[in-house]
Amino acid sequence: MKLFSIRGGVHPSSHKSLSSEQPIRAIAMPELLHVPMRQNIGAPAEPVVAEGESVLKGQLIGESAGPVSAPVHAPTSGTVTAIGDYIAPHPSGLAGLTITIAPDGREAWAELPPPLDPETATGQEIADRVREAGIVGMGGAAFPSSVKLGLGTSRQLHSLILNGAECEPYLSADDRLMRERSEGIVGGAAIMMKALGIPRAIVAIEDNKPEAIAAMRAAASGHGAIEIAAVPSRYPMGSEKQLIQVVTGVEVPAGKLPAHAGVLVHNVATAHAVHDAVRFGRPLISRVVTVSGGAMAEPGNLEVLIGTPVADMISACGGLKGTPEQLLLGGPMMGVPLHDKAAPAIKGNNGVLALSRSEVNPGAHMPCIRCADCVAACPCGLQPLEMMIRIRNEKLSEAADVGLYDCILCGACSWVCPSHIPLVQYFNYARGALRDQDIVKQHQDKLKGYTQRREERLERIARAKEEARKARKAKMAAAKAAKAKAAAEEEATDA
Amino acid sequence: MISAFVSLAILGFLLGGGLSLAAKLLAVESNPLADELENILPGLQCGQCSFPGCRGAAEALSSGGTDITLCPPGGTALVATLAEKLQVTADFSGLEMEKPKVALIDEQACIGCTKCIQVCPTDAIIGAPKLMHTVVPDACTGCDKCGPICPAECIDMIPEAEIPVTLQSWHWPKPEPIRAAA
Repeated sequence: MKLFSIRGGVHPSSHKSLSSEQPIRAIAMPELLHVPMRQNIGAPAEPVVAEGESVLKGQLIGESAGPVSAPVHAPTSGTVTAIGDYIAPHPSGLAGLTITIAPDGREAWAELPPPLDPETATGQEIADRVREAGIVGMGGAAFPSSVKLGLGTSRQLHSLILNGAECEPYLSADDRLMRERSEGIVGGAAIMMKALGIPRAIVAIEDNKPEAIAAMRAAASGHGAIEIAAVPSRYPMGSEKQLIQVVTGVEVPAGKLPAHAGVLVHNVATAHAVHDAVRFGRPLISRVVTVSGGAMAEPGNLEVLIGTPVADMISACGGLKGTPEQLLLGGPMMGVPLHDKAAPAIKGNNGVLALSRSEVNPGAHMPCIRCADCVAACPCGLQPLEMMIRIRNEKLSEAADVGLYDCILCGACSWVCPSHIPLVQYFNYARGALRDQDIVKQHQDKLKGYTQRREERLERIARAKEEARKARKAKMAAAKAAKAKAAAEEEATDA
Repeated sequence: MISAFVSLAILGFLLGGGLSLAAKLLAVESNPLADELENILPGLQCGQCSFPGCRGAAEALSSGGTDITLCPPGGTALVATLAEKLQVTADFSGLEMEKPKVALIDEQACIGCTKCIQVCPTDAIIGAPKLMHTVVPDACTGCDKCGPICPAECIDMIPEAEIPVTLQSWHWPKPEPIRAAA
């Protein structure tokens, strides 16, 4: 099929061979599972179980709290030992509300909702099932998938793109999933096409994964409407907007959703989860995670239950070789530093990396020399150095004017920068600081409203008082006049 | 002699009339710059700038009669906006950054006189005559109008409770500045 080109991009060495030939394997049941309530973009889930309660595998333990939210299910059967703050897999290293489950080892399933037949189920039924199963985007963004499936009703979509690009170095979880479970992915694609009435689907896979391409081709051979596209290997090919551009030639406008271009994009792992939810009624309680890096003894691809501590994943891979220079969640380009190995796996987490010294960008950053390598690398056509200079001087709204919100935070600019400037951190900081400013502004506007309402009230009271005074005066004048009249009449009769 | 008086008097009336007409017909209702500045200011009418409300402050600012660092509730963000609007540079010298404050009523000592309720510009104090009053911290701007008026001297200004950073509100810190070249 005809492919189109994208701008910018970089070619970091892939390091995928460390783990890509390792089949997906399960690991021993951890002693405790820590299931965070916040695993998606939007509102965190709210616990619906109590401490000490026994739960069954697949039982709902956290209810979705709002339209953009996803429920959370027990990854195995056992007892809820704690509901409270526990370290989150988050760059801040802060804690968040987490349900801790002590597995009983029985793996006893809860009663699952009945399987749906994709041929007869309506789009709404499928979207509802995806929501109940707690499925979120498994490529990293963790946006609730049912919300994306609901978008199709408002706009006619012409293509479903399954994202199997996996352009981040080291990661091979999607690669293995496509090789080993291609039927499920194709099945998930067919279900989503049916649910939204999308006529065709394209599975986009980077051409550095020939085995995955072959496996997916074989699995899709029976479906005329599902094509496999081998896209060039270039970072960030797996970014939603870039992938759409390569496959369809259409650039999604700034601030618009892919649906604007008539396209819906889902990760291949998400498609697989949709398949499991619809065909078998299974909620999303496990995922494939790549555990890799130069400091990992035996890199591999693990199928882990949600809530498995990172430490258990590392020990399942033979532990660490020496002290790693950096521990990351996700890939080396967009991944976030991991502060504590006790942090658990979540639905959107596709990798755990222990990088050795030689694999990490050397430390201190130096002044910008305006070489514009970052401009050439930016896949969005932005000028990262111009944004960075504005942010450094605290001119945040000016940075927003030159594209801060069009940036996809892919990290290509930081990667090429010869001065090792942490450009993406500047952009992340600026977005956060602008959000804080917005919150302060909203608070002040609220207070201004209080003041205005008070002034209006005082005016109203003053007016009412004035009117009452006038009425009283008029009444008194009338009484006086009546009295005078009466007196005059009396005088007249006297005379 | 008389003709001089008469002609000057006529001239005086004509010019005076002309001026008063011009003042009526060509009147500028209010200073447009002051209007804009009043919109920028927080509009809390707290009087911490020593002007009678935000309008007074806006007028003083528009005529350059005061510093742009006059407004505590506006904070540094307001100073930056004003500096841009008025094309001046902010001068923080001799000023000290204070943490935001809120009023706290010692509820044991409150006599329920409602005086503070009447002066609070944001209606942040709730209570009723001869009943205990209390402050809603979220609505309090820390203007300290209530403190001096309290006959029981039971209102204190305390530092605002710090909002803990959560997973939702956290964001990346600004990167460390570049080290000076060796």
